[in-house]
Amino acid sequence: MKRAGFTTRWLPILLLLPQLLIIFVFFYWPAGHALHSSFFLQDPFGFGSTFVGLDNYRDLAGNKEYMRIARFTLLFTLLVTFFSLAFALLLAVKADNVLRGAKTYRTLLMWVYAIAPPVAGFIGLIMFDQSWGPLTRFLQSIGWDFTLGVNFRDTATAMVIVSVWKQVPVNFIFFLSGLQSIPRSVREAAMIDNRSAAGRFWDVTFPLLAPTGFFLLITNITYSLFETFGTIDVLVKGEPGNNPMTLVYKVYVDGFRGNDLGGSSAQSVVLMVLVLALTIFQFRLVERRIHYT
Amino acid sequence: MTDITQAPPRRRIRWSVLLDHAILIFGSLFMLLPLLVVFQMTTMPDVEVIKNGPQLKLGGELGPNFDKAMYKASGFSGLNTGTRMLYNSFVLGIGFAVGKIVLGMMAAYALVYFRLRFATLAFWLIFTTLLLPLEVRILPSYEVVQKMGMLNSFNGLIIPLIASATATFFFRQYFRSIPEELVEAARIDGAGPVKFFIDILVPLSKTMIAAMFIIMFVFGWNQYLWPTMITTDEDMYTLVRGIKQITQDLEGTNIPEYGRANLLALIAILPPVLIVIFFQNWFVKGLTESDK
Amino acid sequence: MAQVKLDAVRKVYPNGYQAVVPTSFQIEDGEFVVLVGPSGCGKSTLLRMIAGLEDITEGTLSIGGHAVNDVDPADRDIAMVFQNYALYPHMTVRKNIGYGLKNRKVPAAEIEAKVQEAAKMLNLTEYLDRKPSQLSGGQRQRVAMGRAVVRDPKLFLFDEPLSNLDAKLRNQMRIEIKALQRRLGVTSVYVTHDQVEAMTMADRIIVLNEGKIEQIGTPSEIYHNPASTFVASFMGAPPMNLIRAQIEDGQVKINGGTELMAVPAGWDSGEITLGVRPEDAVLDHSGAVPFEISIVEELGAHRLLHGEMAGQPFTVHVSKEVDIQPGQTRLTLNPSTLSLFDAESGKTL
Repeated sequence: MKRAGFTTRWLPILLLLPQLLIIFVFFYWPAGHALHSSFFLQDPFGFGSTFVGLDNYRDLAGNKEYMRIARFTLLFTLLVTFFSLAFALLLAVKADNVLRGAKTYRTLLMWVYAIAPPVAGFIGLIMFDQSWGPLTRFLQSIGWDFTLGVNFRDTATAMVIVSVWKQVPVNFIFFLSGLQSIPRSVREAAMIDNRSAAGRFWDVTFPLLAPTGFFLLITNITYSLFETFGTIDVLVKGEPGNNPMTLVYKVYVDGFRGNDLGGSSAQSVVLMVLVLALTIFQFRLVERRIHYT
Repeated sequence: MTDITQAPPRRRIRWSVLLDHAILIFGSLFMLLPLLVVFQMTTMPDVEVIKNGPQLKLGGELGPNFDKAMYKASGFSGLNTGTRMLYNSFVLGIGFAVGKIVLGMMAAYALVYFRLRFATLAFWLIFTTLLLPLEVRILPSYEVVQKMGMLNSFNGLIIPLIASATATFFFRQYFRSIPEELVEAARIDGAGPVKFFIDILVPLSKTMIAAMFIIMFVFGWNQYLWPTMITTDEDMYTLVRGIKQITQDLEGTNIPEYGRANLLALIAILPPVLIVIFFQNWFVKGLTESDK
Repeated sequence: MAQVKLDAVRKVYPNGYQAVVPTSFQIEDGEFVVLVGPSGCGKSTLLRMIAGLEDITEGTLSIGGHAVNDVDPADRDIAMVFQNYALYPHMTVRKNIGYGLKNRKVPAAEIEAKVQEAAKMLNLTEYLDRKPSQLSGGQRQRVAMGRAVVRDPKLFLFDEPLSNLDAKLRNQMRIEIKALQRRLGVTSVYVTHDQVEAMTMADRIIVLNEGKIEQIGTPSEIYHNPASTFVASFMGAPPMNLIRAQIEDGQVKINGGTELMAVPAGWDSGEITLGVRPEDAVLDHSGAVPFEISIVEELGAHRLLHGEMAGQPFTVHVSKEVDIQPGQTRLTLNPSTLSLFDAESGKTL
């Protein structure tokens, strides 16, 4: 609040009301409902539910398939996050280096941000088409008999590649703006103190980029967990079958298609706890960044 | 005496600079090539695509494919034409962006510029929503919309998506960065809260509103999971929501209509991409300054 | 035109911090009063309470004879110039100056006439259609002044209006503001941490420290008869020399014996603080007090001699004619120019 805020009483309440109303109806109610129904076993025909305590959670922990999906999600998240960040950092550093065409490169490298994940998945389908997909052909030419949608590992590879392709631009934008906000004087001081460009990068630039990096780390983990849903759904053509899937996809499959509301709610709550932990971690970082400036 | 004339500096080839450019060009191609492949295929007749896939030449089928994509429906109802989906996408993108900005600015204004007894409580109630994305509460949210009879309506599609505080958070940060003296000067100049908002704060936030609009429009346009659940009537499909059906059509029909499918994918991509490219500076500013 | 009267006005923030202890003073009609003190002394809080931007915890504030504690800032008939000018960045100079009138439902033609008049007075006529971002610092300052002047208020409030300007512009604007205030005859309260501004602009100065008034007086009174060591050291550049001294046998002594002046009969013996303005110490080879010069600071119009007297740092101000090198010399201190303070409380004796 500003020091000299207005003292009118009714106006701020009126201003807050629409937002509060919407979040109560569409946030707190459903979130509470998910928590609540995670302790119940729903009758498959919708005739009622029985309180089962933590059974839904115990079922999850004991469910081999769920644990397998959790492990895959972890691996998927690690790969997507790592490659998106590394590739974006490399490109941002180079785009920050060059004098000619910096603006053009920026445009060329960031526009994919605006592509929806499922559309990215569609483009993946084209690129990895079984009979004539350019990437399939390329992989075949180096002796990898790539079969999207059939081979588990191949499908997973395509998911990672498409997800990285979609995520590099946003990381690139943040890294580049982080690099450009490093004061000129700091760079010049580093030029005088250190002859080697690589040395300057690791000693000065990289630590100054660390806040951006931490922020992006969380963003990318969240992206890998949630936003890739569309990419995956289209890549497997809506037929999960034996294909790899992530935890969010599993919630959708169990709850929306399988009608196991209790189990699906328990899965939702597990995800909520996961996101909660990540976001709180991130908030602390954002707070600290605000104090810098 | 020293000779002050010097040989003109030799133009050295800086290998490191060349390498930088090589990496950047490779990165740009990595981003661009898949789209070029898709585009090439929209210019070819479907039979040729089925046989040969993408090639290194442009065909003359762009026009007929465009007609098919925009005016021909693929579903049972015959209502999900490209034009219909395009319209729905615009309604979702614009409705979502405008709703978010209006609600966000109002709430942020109340939180930053008023002495309010329960301000802290309201703050926490609103900002807790940043903690849980829609994806983790998707099923209960669906049930709420279902109970309220809002399935297959724009209200049911847009309003629940607005139930998060990203824009509020963003405007709160921005309002806090505006010097306090401005509101003080306005108060001495006799401007009340409504006047201050309309005369000073809104015009002052023009750039921020534009940046937010771009980000939110793209975000709304690109929604997939939520529309997939809420809109089951084909005339409510957005382009992005329709993409799965488009791919499934490629499997089922006798002659997969690659031209139509690829063109619809391109149309789904084009508006948000163009906005991001043309309003790059605002967009980057909005994105990097909101941090979320 | 108006009198401003504070009666035991106090400010305590919600977190319990007391920014201003109960304070009373009165500003006469047409008077130019400067509130001066270090940052955090409560001067801005006082000003903002007068403006109505800050609630008054206790006490009564009246402007023009009416208590205004609960009156909205817009209805106090005041104008304020802010440190960062607080110009509306999206409005032209014309709109900035006229905004307050527009909100008071003044007819457009009258607004335009008043804006023109104010602009003329401040040499802003040719800039009326520019935005603040297209103006220099000095011009922005003038626009802020224009916004204040145009409304014909009862009271001007200035919150460090010159501190964002460079030194040269600051000197110029100081004179302009003072001249404008003289011409308009509007009661003014001016907050600054710059003692030169306070000395040169004020009819009366109020020196504040830690939320308390240290002294109220004309610039001359404040300078020559400081009420405390705080005022003595805050006002004047270089500040007054403050050195330890003793009262013994009715005499002020330093250096374990050198007698400087007699004190009235009945004063207790003991430690005191002795205040000497740098320009009041006279170089004199036959003087009573030894002075060791270590640095001669050349300032063109005059010189400052920094060194030690009686084992304590001491500065002497001499005219440019006096040519002297570092080394040993002697001083004469004229008893009528010396200030004596209590060693403990710092209050004048």
